[in-house]
Amino acid sequence: MNKILVSGKVEGIVLKSNDPINFLGTVDKKTGIISDKEHSLFEKSIKNSILVFPSGIGSSVGAYTIYSIKSNNTAPIAMICKKADLTVATGCALANIPLITITDEEFESIKTGMKLSLNTDSTTLIHYQ
Amino acid sequence: MELTREEESALKGEQGEIMQMAYRILVATGEATDAEKLIPIEWAHLSGVNYNTIGDAGEEFLSTLSKDARVTVKTTLNPMGFDIDNVSNYKLDENFISKQLSIRNSYETMGVIPSFSCIPYEIFDIPKNGTQVAFAESNAAIHANSYDDLKTNKESAFSALASAIVGKSPYSSLRKEDTPNITIEMKVKNPNELSYGMLGFFAGKVGDTSVNISGLGEMDQRQCKAMCGGMGTSGTCAKFNFSKGDSNTEKIEFDEKEMKNVFDELNTSEKGDLITLGSPQLGLDEISDLTAKLKGRSFEKRCMVFLPRTVKEQAQKIGYISELERAGCEILSDCCTCLTPLICKDDVDAVTTNSIKGAFYLKNSNGVGINLKSLQQIVEDETR
Repeated sequence: MNKILVSGKVEGIVLKSNDPINFLGTVDKKTGIISDKEHSLFEKSIKNSILVFPSGIGSSVGAYTIYSIKSNNTAPIAMICKKADLTVATGCALANIPLITITDEEFESIKTGMKLSLNTDSTTLIHYQ
Repeated sequence: MELTREEESALKGEQGEIMQMAYRILVATGEATDAEKLIPIEWAHLSGVNYNTIGDAGEEFLSTLSKDARVTVKTTLNPMGFDIDNVSNYKLDENFISKQLSIRNSYETMGVIPSFSCIPYEIFDIPKNGTQVAFAESNAAIHANSYDDLKTNKESAFSALASAIVGKSPYSSLRKEDTPNITIEMKVKNPNELSYGMLGFFAGKVGDTSVNISGLGEMDQRQCKAMCGGMGTSGTCAKFNFSKGDSNTEKIEFDEKEMKNVFDELNTSEKGDLITLGSPQLGLDEISDLTAKLKGRSFEKRCMVFLPRTVKEQAQKIGYISELERAGCEILSDCCTCLTPLICKDDVDAVTTNSIKGAFYLKNSNGVGINLKSLQQIVEDETR
């Protein structure tokens, strides 16, 4: 379902994961690199990406990790999820990182490397370039 | 989500930056949980206290926030990284200690009760049935919803903090009539607290926001806490409904085979170098029971016992603490097994514990091996 959790306007390149992300313990706060060997984004950096993933999982403290990567300039510029969870929603709210949810169909159609613009004031939230 | 005129003005920043940030968090939370409005809460319980988890960004954030922000409802908080009374016995550097004390000061400046406990439901009076609260600690949120007739979302560190400042929380499904997506039937015979912890862990994986659960016998507080701790670890589910559910609800059994799957996922070692008891922290009844179990016996290796400071003080008066120390226990208040900086893989290969929640974080965060045993088994195998 389409929802605007945190509003904003950005343009960037998609990094997509079909695995959910546990921000506490999976993301290196200094580099923004995924450090969990089991994760499909292992060794990839989420810095400055439009991060597309199903949802967050795990400890609520993960919200601080999102704030932390923003403070360290290693955060994504926006996040797009299928399902909004409280950890990601509040982490993005505090760090002021735009966050929306989209339908399963639209989620399927987005691929790593695509260039998008996201504008929560526009009726079409996502424009593909 | 519908906001009142006053709430809209706060979101626009007309009541200052702190209220704007707090409302931005509450709105994002409300949209995430399909809430239609904000409602008043009477008690907030915060996570995000341990420097080991929130790091420098968290410490700096709280330090800045505490200059102006104040909580407006009763607010308690989770354990921190150590017990100041005996921190010198552990290898923690000065930086860790000073950053942790800064975090403690920030929360106290904001008006938070320095409880440093993950079992607020056991050490504070429970308000009347149906009271709306905002608990971030997952085992506490599940316990509050399932056993204490309170209502809470499984809050994040930030939504609970925003709720403490604003005094409101989104009116989400768990605060109303939530429909469990699945019914779990407990089939394991003669369960102990370890079995209930694994049942909780299993439930958290299959549950959405709440689960029905049936086939449970009489449970003591240790077993209830283990089940809540287990579920909080593995998913986003935040309530046990003690019901068989109706005929339309999907049914699943938790039997010996399912239990073995959880056991094999978390148990990685045949023995431990040290023992931890607590995650969740032990309450006075558990301390009393442990003291009785250890009568005339002593541990043959280190055993760390985690409990809230208020419980430690009560237990001291009764004489339990000196008895436990005689048996070789290290008594630690204000902190817990979960995400502890006091256990380091350079010194310890594996830890023996009866806590599924503790096991999960020791394995994944501390990187040590795990040897799962019930308390009864620990006393039989590790003391003489």
